[in-house]
Amino acid sequence: MAEFRNYTLNFGPQHPAAHGVLRLVLEMEGEVVRRADPHVGLLHRATEKLAESKPFNQSIPYMDRLDYVSMMCNEHAYVMAIERLLGLEVPIRAQYIRVMFDEITRILNHLMNVGTHALDVGAMAVMLYMFREREELMDVYEAVSGARMHAAYYRVGGVYRDLPNRMPQYQPSKYRSEADLKRLNEARQGSLLDFIEDFFDRFPKLIDEYETLLTDNRIWKQRLVGVGVVSPERALQMGMSGPMLRGSGIEWDLRKKQPYEVYDRLDFDIPVGVNGDCYDRYLVRINEMRQSTRIIKQCVQWLRENPGPVMADNHKVTPPSREQMKDDMESLIHHFKLFTEGYSVPPGEVYAAIEHPKGEFGIYLVSDGANKPYRVKIRASGFAHLSAMDEMARGHMLADVVAIIGTQDIVFGEIDR
Amino acid sequence: MQAIRNFFKTFLLWELLRGMMVTGRYLVRKKFTIEYPEEKAPQSHRFRGLHALRRYPNGEERCIACKLCEAVCPALAITIDSAPREDGTRRTTRYEIDLFKCIYCGFCEESCPVDSIVETRVHEYFMEQRGDNIFTKPQLLAMGDKYEQQIAADRAADAPYR
Repeated sequence: MAEFRNYTLNFGPQHPAAHGVLRLVLEMEGEVVRRADPHVGLLHRATEKLAESKPFNQSIPYMDRLDYVSMMCNEHAYVMAIERLLGLEVPIRAQYIRVMFDEITRILNHLMNVGTHALDVGAMAVMLYMFREREELMDVYEAVSGARMHAAYYRVGGVYRDLPNRMPQYQPSKYRSEADLKRLNEARQGSLLDFIEDFFDRFPKLIDEYETLLTDNRIWKQRLVGVGVVSPERALQMGMSGPMLRGSGIEWDLRKKQPYEVYDRLDFDIPVGVNGDCYDRYLVRINEMRQSTRIIKQCVQWLRENPGPVMADNHKVTPPSREQMKDDMESLIHHFKLFTEGYSVPPGEVYAAIEHPKGEFGIYLVSDGANKPYRVKIRASGFAHLSAMDEMARGHMLADVVAIIGTQDIVFGEIDR
Repeated sequence: MQAIRNFFKTFLLWELLRGMMVTGRYLVRKKFTIEYPEEKAPQSHRFRGLHALRRYPNGEERCIACKLCEAVCPALAITIDSAPREDGTRRTTRYEIDLFKCIYCGFCEESCPVDSIVETRVHEYFMEQRGDNIFTKPQLLAMGDKYEQQIAADRAADAPYR
């Protein structure tokens, strides 16, 4: 009898379903995966090391580029770590703005994740619809920070600028009739908060649409139900967090268990899965979007009623306003000091974690009292998830590996950092 | 009863038809795409695009070579040399931004005490040759002259927030 040997298959790093630069070495027996060996490091940019060589504030834009589909959440963890070490109080309005943008980021991330996951397993339309909504949320990002993705909006002590009271509008062109232009600009007449509110009034209906296209769809179910099952015990042992852990039925959410910012004042639920397969994780993500909508509505309500400062009034750490800087000598000195030397953080170490859309995203910061961090360690949830790839993919077909990559929500920016 | 319903749903492709209804409805609805090069997506007045150096209304360049932007730039993209001019004022003799290094974080604009270096709304640009990525002082000043009206309007609109 002929001797059968397993063969090795290289999946990626340039496979379109590999979500970036994942290189998976698969040991195949026919079409069945016997061993999956993820290789990391192809997107390594030494963010942690770079952070050691520049003042604290200057690393904020680099945090955007970690997990490049949930930008503001990365900044949030970093900024929060520094604030804890400084013992700095953040104005309450800034906290609400941060929470609102964290949730917008969560929706951005889940739209991207579910959309591309559906695309990977063969449903094109969902991705197109989800990217349409992403576009509007990107506009929100741009209106507030000036960049569609890499916002650099959160600062130590608050956020850079308050929410604008005007939304950018579509300009007339020869391809648009007057009425058509009016329709496009209808939601953009008021302030940013009006735009956000209008969007999230419509959004639950749109989630229903995605669900119509996916949730009951038999092809979607055939590809996801029972694939990549993780038991609750194993999920804990492998260090999973976020929807990966909640999909397995463990109710763990840092927003509830260790509330940061103003999450303890907001009313929302934690969706939890039952079976721990890809389908449950998809349902968890869909429901998280609904919960985020709830949170954002509460934030919008609060932000409307309570104007106030968005930056801490401690000019040893936060730069003074431009008007002050141009009038007042002392403010000018603060301005120059802050933009050259930065501020010094008392010696010590701190771990600040937030509930990132992908799981627990933490920054472990060690300071030796200088104006630069002594060491920054980034705890990326995707790394723990990717290390579970072997266990999740073993015994499944090759095509299921794609579904598992999708459900793990892998983004290499944060894994390789 | 539920069993019968499920039986029919299975064979009538019920959920697929409902999905097709969603996509079918979009077939006849107004399009949400835009004709890109002629039509642009809305752009915020806070947009951070290509850089420019501004001048005062009397034509004097604003930059005083304080080198704050050079110091604050996280990507070390800005290079500045300075020397006193004939009239005794301190000016830059060289102001270069490496557009490949720049990460468009906007810190240079934030740091500038005289509102000289700004990030404009221009985001559609290209380089033809190696070395074109270095944006020199004359180019930056030309950008500033070309878009001054818009730059000034955008800064004025954002002034209450900064």
